[in-house]
Amino acid sequence: MARTLVVVGNGMVGHRLVQALRDRDAEGGWRVVVIAEEARPAYDRVALTSYVDSWDPMTLQLEGAEFTDDDGVELRLGDPVVIVDRESKVVRTAGGLAQSYDALVLATGSVPFVPPVPGRHLPGCHVYRTIDDLDAIRDSAARARKGKGRGAAMVLGGGLLGLEAAKALRDMGLSPHVVELGPRLMPLQVDEGGGALLKRLIEGLDVTVHAGTSTSSIEEDRGRLLAKLSNGIELDLDLVVFSAGIRPRDQLARESGLTVGERGGIVVDEGCRTSDPDIYAIGECANLDGMVYGLVAPGYSMAEVAADRILGGTASFPGADMSTKLKLMGVDVASFGDAHAATEGALDVVFNDAVKGSYKKLVISDDAKTLLGGVLVGDASDYAMLRPMVGRALPGDPGSILAPSGGGGGVGIDALPDEAQVCSCNGVTKGDIKHSILEGGCADVPSIKSCTKAGTSCGSCVPMLKQLLNACGVEQSKALCEHFGQSRAELFEIARVTGIATFSELVAKHGSGRGCDICKPAVASILASLGNGHILAGEQAALQDTNDRYLANMQRNGTYSVVPRIPGGEITPEKLMVIAQVAQDYGLYTKITGGQRIDLFGATVDQLPAIWKRLVDAGFESGHAYGKALRTVKSCVGDTWCRYGVQDSVGLAIELELRYRGLRAPHKLKSAVSGCARECAEARGKDFGIIATENGWNLYVGGNGGMMPRHADLLVSEVDKETLLKVIDRFLMFYIRTADRLQRTSTWLDGLEGGLDHLRDVVVNDSLGLCAELEAQMAQHVDDYADEWAGVLADPQKLARFSSFVNAPGTPDPTITFREERGQKVPVLLGIPEVSAR
Amino acid sequence: MTAEAVLIETTWTEVCPVDALAREQGVAVLLPDGTQVAVFRTHDDALYAVSNVDPFSGAAVLSRGIVGDIGATPVVASPMHKQHFDLRTGVCLEDADVSVATYPVCVCDATILLGQP
Repeated sequence: MARTLVVVGNGMVGHRLVQALRDRDAEGGWRVVVIAEEARPAYDRVALTSYVDSWDPMTLQLEGAEFTDDDGVELRLGDPVVIVDRESKVVRTAGGLAQSYDALVLATGSVPFVPPVPGRHLPGCHVYRTIDDLDAIRDSAARARKGKGRGAAMVLGGGLLGLEAAKALRDMGLSPHVVELGPRLMPLQVDEGGGALLKRLIEGLDVTVHAGTSTSSIEEDRGRLLAKLSNGIELDLDLVVFSAGIRPRDQLARESGLTVGERGGIVVDEGCRTSDPDIYAIGECANLDGMVYGLVAPGYSMAEVAADRILGGTASFPGADMSTKLKLMGVDVASFGDAHAATEGALDVVFNDAVKGSYKKLVISDDAKTLLGGVLVGDASDYAMLRPMVGRALPGDPGSILAPSGGGGGVGIDALPDEAQVCSCNGVTKGDIKHSILEGGCADVPSIKSCTKAGTSCGSCVPMLKQLLNACGVEQSKALCEHFGQSRAELFEIARVTGIATFSELVAKHGSGRGCDICKPAVASILASLGNGHILAGEQAALQDTNDRYLANMQRNGTYSVVPRIPGGEITPEKLMVIAQVAQDYGLYTKITGGQRIDLFGATVDQLPAIWKRLVDAGFESGHAYGKALRTVKSCVGDTWCRYGVQDSVGLAIELELRYRGLRAPHKLKSAVSGCARECAEARGKDFGIIATENGWNLYVGGNGGMMPRHADLLVSEVDKETLLKVIDRFLMFYIRTADRLQRTSTWLDGLEGGLDHLRDVVVNDSLGLCAELEAQMAQHVDDYADEWAGVLADPQKLARFSSFVNAPGTPDPTITFREERGQKVPVLLGIPEVSAR
Repeated sequence: MTAEAVLIETTWTEVCPVDALAREQGVAVLLPDGTQVAVFRTHDDALYAVSNVDPFSGAAVLSRGIVGDIGATPVVASPMHKQHFDLRTGVCLEDADVSVATYPVCVCDATILLGQP
């Protein structure tokens, strides 16, 4: 009989504990019941500010947060635990539920600290911790917008969270004022020099900073709020956000008689056990050695330790790494180790470039040999390399390490010992990663990520993963195949710039040999993307891969399937009848596809033109189900019919499908449009997916289903249709130019240097000055589009290829036979001839 | 058996005019006994003929594969699962224990002829 573990709290740390326990509890010794106050499954609170981009709570939800496939975990959300009865080992909830436990984990997190400022409870005063808090702030901001001019907001607290809140408020269209009691912004992480630069950079972003002052009072004033600061300044405001720190939520523990710390926090030992051996506390509510940790990384460490202890292990808390690296409104800030040079005799080396806006400080030991910590503001690119070096010998002269040209200067990956943590979020050492490469066979960054979890949280160590691959001698060759030393992206550029339009010329001038089944289809795709006429014209025909060669999908017995385009999945009964009649006349097996169209199976090569003649005459065209090209743009029914829809998703899906039909790409492209946030079209599983909001369209990119599912990332939000089309044009063309062969947008985006931010810079902010060119290229595609099947039917030469036998054109392949299953014909499996070595 | 060689009678089947088979492409030929053969023309105008049946899938599809070279070996890649076959010998490059039959092929009066031993 399994024992019961009750977890109180379903934040990031509580969720990590449940995951860790379920991963390791192979025998199923524990049943887990999670009881939590918030009604939402666990979400990424660290990324809370990004909620403002989409106002879609699902974008924050943590992977596997609903435990839908796990019978061993029960979630009871929206019903907080109010009593822990240690004597009878039962917890009771506000809703009146009683749940007994064999072990209990308290992961109740913390509450925002609201300083006792008069007026702090007035309407318009908020805290910044949950999705509900942000929804409430949004409502206040919306009311402010109804007034005249730009609304104003005050953030109390200039720490990490306060600056995050300021960013969110600015993104909502308000002018934020940040009031910090300490002498500078982020006083815990940044020293005076770094703080000065940070203030300058942040003020450049329309945020007013009031440091070294406090708020005396907040009052109501003619429908708005008036804040008086202790330095005499008065601010007219529409809303106030308190982010002046957090307090551990230890009330349950206090009331049940567990030991709590002097300044709060449930006291735990290095195994995360409280004063009651059956009760553990982890994360922000726990107090370990007098410290309460407000960062997620130490919380995760505690979750791992507690899970191990519950399963009978002996893990203990390894000590916390308080290093932080973050991007605040585009400003890099990082601090690590002993950032304030508190160690006795510590020396610091400062490199301050006021022109470039970059401040770097290294704290080193008195003998100038050991790195103790540092602060980076404005440019934190050295963080990934420097943080794991803390406590270790400096590899070179500190000055040269900080030199701007160095990019980590003398610090190479080789300087790190194996036990240094490369990924501090997930506690992965250099040795672990080397092992995964050398023993585990990981040959690229995505496989290291899935094998070790390194780089899967904040991602700051991804550049190091690449360097480690190189250091381990894993050749990251970009060569397409033995015939071309270039990558696909390089070949694309060569073809684009030189205008070379045949494979023969390309391989003669830039490759060797005669090509193969890898480079030929890749080049065929490049030539098609660049607009070189019909894909079966002239020499191009010999380059096309299996399916493109016959504009149909080859099935296991050598027959083909036929998919006419049904844009957006919208079809008239008349057209449906045409498909039905064709299927019946040619005896084709018929199936509805996942992309909202109809697939007709079992056509022989010689039947394809006749089938397509019927379809083209009825107004159908190729659906490119055979091509590395746009497949379908799926849609929900939208606001035309749906009671919940807010936009015409079908209309947009049809427009997109007609715009991008026939577009050849490194791999297939799928899309979908949902008419509201319920997302019935599953747009976030697509290469580009669009979700309607009341004010416009949200565009998500890089999604994928299949073997490696990935939710698409939000690229732009609430844009009008014109902007949407522009951004999609640019996104698709940028992908087509730069991706590897057979690389879907999801892996392309994962491997893209700089990730989503870089992509947004390029296709939204036009940082490379490419956008006009990308748009022009897409406009060319739209103009040049012609139906491929109509093109074949109009050309006797192309038609001639569609025969089973060159010497007996009317004779079908005698080896193809069918049987019947569930009322339709299916292939008879082919006998595989005995082959011997002779 | 006597000392004189056994004369093997080769029957020749007309395939198509040479011009009807473009470089680096293949066509399928149906022989009178029902055998299917794939005939290829490489970039240097050499002609090769191998069985049209892909030994891995059993489907008669090799004539629809991509023609090219691996190393200096002229090959066709099966359109089903991309194994490569040496057009000269029929041997599979990925698994030397597997091969497809080869056939003599020649050109006479600008017409491709396929021999059957």
